[in-house]
Amino acid sequence: MSSSSNGSGTTVITGLGVVAPNGLGLKEFWTATLARRSGITELDRFDTSDYPARLAGLVRDLDSAEHLPGRLLPQTDVSTRLALIAAQWALEDAEVDTAELADYDMSVVTANASGGFEFAHREFQKLWAQGPEHISVYESFAWFYAVNTGQISIRHGMRGPGSALVAEQAGGLYALGQAARTIRNGVSLVVCGGVDSAFDPWGWLSHLASGGVSVDPDPATAYRPFDVHATGYIPGEGGAICIMESAESARARGVRVYGELAGYAATFDPHPDKGGPSGLRRAVELALVDAGIEAGDVDVVFADAAGLPKLDRAEALTLRELFGVRGVPVTAPKALTGRLLSGGGVLDVAAALMTIQEGVIPPTVGTVTVPDDYDIDLVVGEARPTVVRNALVLARGRWGFNAAVVIRGVDN
Amino acid sequence: MRGTMNRRVVITGMGVRAPGSLGKGAFWELLAAGRTATRRITFFDPSPYRSQVAAEIDFDASAEGLSPREIRRMDRATQLAVVCARDAMADSGLGETVDPHRMGVSLGSAIAASTSLEREYLVLSDSGKRWTMSTDQLTPQMFDYMVPSIMPAEVAWAVGAEGPVVLMSAGCTSGMDSVGHGAAVIREGSADVVVAGATDAPITPIVVASFDAIKATTTYNDTPGAASRPFDGTRNGFVLAEGATMFVLEELSAARRRGARIYAEVAGFANRCNAYHMTGLKVDGREMAEAIRAALDQAKVNTDAVDYINAHGSGTKQNDRHETAAFKRSLGEHAYRTPVSSIKSMVGHSLGAIGSVEIAACVLAMENQAVPPTANLHSADPECDLDYVPVQAREHKVDTVLSVGSGFGGFQSAMVLTREPA
Repeated sequence: MSSSSNGSGTTVITGLGVVAPNGLGLKEFWTATLARRSGITELDRFDTSDYPARLAGLVRDLDSAEHLPGRLLPQTDVSTRLALIAAQWALEDAEVDTAELADYDMSVVTANASGGFEFAHREFQKLWAQGPEHISVYESFAWFYAVNTGQISIRHGMRGPGSALVAEQAGGLYALGQAARTIRNGVSLVVCGGVDSAFDPWGWLSHLASGGVSVDPDPATAYRPFDVHATGYIPGEGGAICIMESAESARARGVRVYGELAGYAATFDPHPDKGGPSGLRRAVELALVDAGIEAGDVDVVFADAAGLPKLDRAEALTLRELFGVRGVPVTAPKALTGRLLSGGGVLDVAAALMTIQEGVIPPTVGTVTVPDDYDIDLVVGEARPTVVRNALVLARGRWGFNAAVVIRGVDN
Repeated sequence: MRGTMNRRVVITGMGVRAPGSLGKGAFWELLAAGRTATRRITFFDPSPYRSQVAAEIDFDASAEGLSPREIRRMDRATQLAVVCARDAMADSGLGETVDPHRMGVSLGSAIAASTSLEREYLVLSDSGKRWTMSTDQLTPQMFDYMVPSIMPAEVAWAVGAEGPVVLMSAGCTSGMDSVGHGAAVIREGSADVVVAGATDAPITPIVVASFDAIKATTTYNDTPGAASRPFDGTRNGFVLAEGATMFVLEELSAARRRGARIYAEVAGFANRCNAYHMTGLKVDGREMAEAIRAALDQAKVNTDAVDYINAHGSGTKQNDRHETAAFKRSLGEHAYRTPVSSIKSMVGHSLGAIGSVEIAACVLAMENQAVPPTANLHSADPECDLDYVPVQAREHKVDTVLSVGSGFGGFQSAMVLTREPA
């Protein structure tokens, strides 16, 4: 992504579609994030009274039937509906008229972590409770991990190279990196990002099986990244879809640019038995090189924020090694939404772009006491006015996936 | 770091587990003999289902070197992938010399841990009686069956990769797309070695039922060995299969420097979406033709240099007609002069894995200078009028191969492999 001074080879983001537990649409999400408004509530889609954890970041008050053609409803899981809506909002935000672009010049790249899980669960029940003849004609494609790429590309007539990637919570940033690669390889515009949802009983139990979900029943304290009393994270649904374009394409269309995807890198941790540091630091270093900047140029870090002390500590120490003691503001607005699997990293990128646009860093809500030896400048309390040009967004996926993205403001 | 770099990518190792064959030697032997590995499903009682045949692998995980702990935690598809990855690494002779930071993994799979998910579902739901489930049955693997990125993680652990690692999950083109992606990662300079390939172990009731529901799979249940009939006038659907193949992809000059045996170059890869229908195909093959054109373009290969086409050839009425049209559209008259075959006639359709399995078949075709046949091809279809190498393998010059794939969601992929990098 290293670009020449006149911007050739630059990859920019011109549209954002957000479906978050604390806001439908970019504006509502950002306003709620600055106002410390949480989207974490009791999971009420089934009887959870026997479960040790019952809090989730849920997308409420969104009636898919109001946003999507009726024929798409029976064939889509809730995660695909959210993805289709987010993609539509992103395209509107970027003022894209798909009729004006060549079909092969538009692509879709999404990350997915849990697929159409609730849809699949219903089909499993039909099969085993009633019999094979009850399986839906949609099951063969409503569940698999590429479904959102497929459905978005069909809905909007996008015939360029499409992909679907899985890397748990790191997947969303991987999708943005793959989108940038697709643009470098000649496509003008890519609809990219991640959306996940798995809050049926089987999905919920599977979330709990990760071992990292907090059992604290108080939504104000259950997920408090980097806090000395951190007890885990809260799972959430939703995510974000971006419109990523070559700088030339954005210029030709005369549209507003939120910012640039200036740098990207992905690494994987060493085998657990081998020992040694995680690959997160190396991912950051590679992303900084890719962006053509030094650590000192980074104005804010949107942390992965696992909410588990061991992982929080590892991330904090990595940031200290890279940026020095309290060397850069760090924040985790995901405390208000929960961890959104493939949606998380992309939602953080949306927040980073708004941070750059408005010159204010959103706070990390719920965290009270950061251990001294983390040595991080965590933005807590109120949002912090700060001029931000370069934002670093981090994500770690379960079992060792690391992603680092540098988002840079542009001079419009 | 990234940008236009004149880096080329070659295959220096491979590991294959396909129905009827364990290992690349046995795999080629099956293809060359035109033998079919399709049979009546044995993994569960298929009698309640519309399609009752599959291509299964007689896979003994512990005989393959997996430990009891590995077998317990890994879904079947993961086991296949790890075994193939270890084979590929040994086959490549790479050894300990590679820098782990410069080594990545690109694993394809369409439906990942579906076998384990179904097994787990039966326990959690008491065979479908319960919608809500008890935490008594909670196991740590449950998260990893729902979010299967543990699969490329297991491969990365097996081979020692610490560079970019990902699961590419684009349905039935996953197996080709994952190799194309691995090659792209090397070409752009993000890695020097990528262990790339794919796996799927989908022979489980929910999957069989889901294809039954759209009548995509064959009903030739009384003749399982002759059930998969790509391009044949009497074809009536694909045979579900399992499979896995992993490759070691390397940057060409580094491979040459260490004296690696080079199987083939990944000379070109391109994909498009048909943006038409999640499962349906138009008759004109337009987007597949465009993927083919772009792949040939990247490989700097003329249409008439193609010696052999490895078809998607799933054996559905719509697919075989669609891709025949795509071959004619992209290659013109040369399509009529080029042998085309579908190994799905022999090893079935292993969904996300088959793209990689087919690339292995292409590589072995180059090694043996022979094209595998399309088995079970006896009666003509006027809409499929190319040379599909019926029944018998054929000696043939095979230096430049075109392989294609097509999948649910509209994915259309094409890859060009060449024998000797100039």
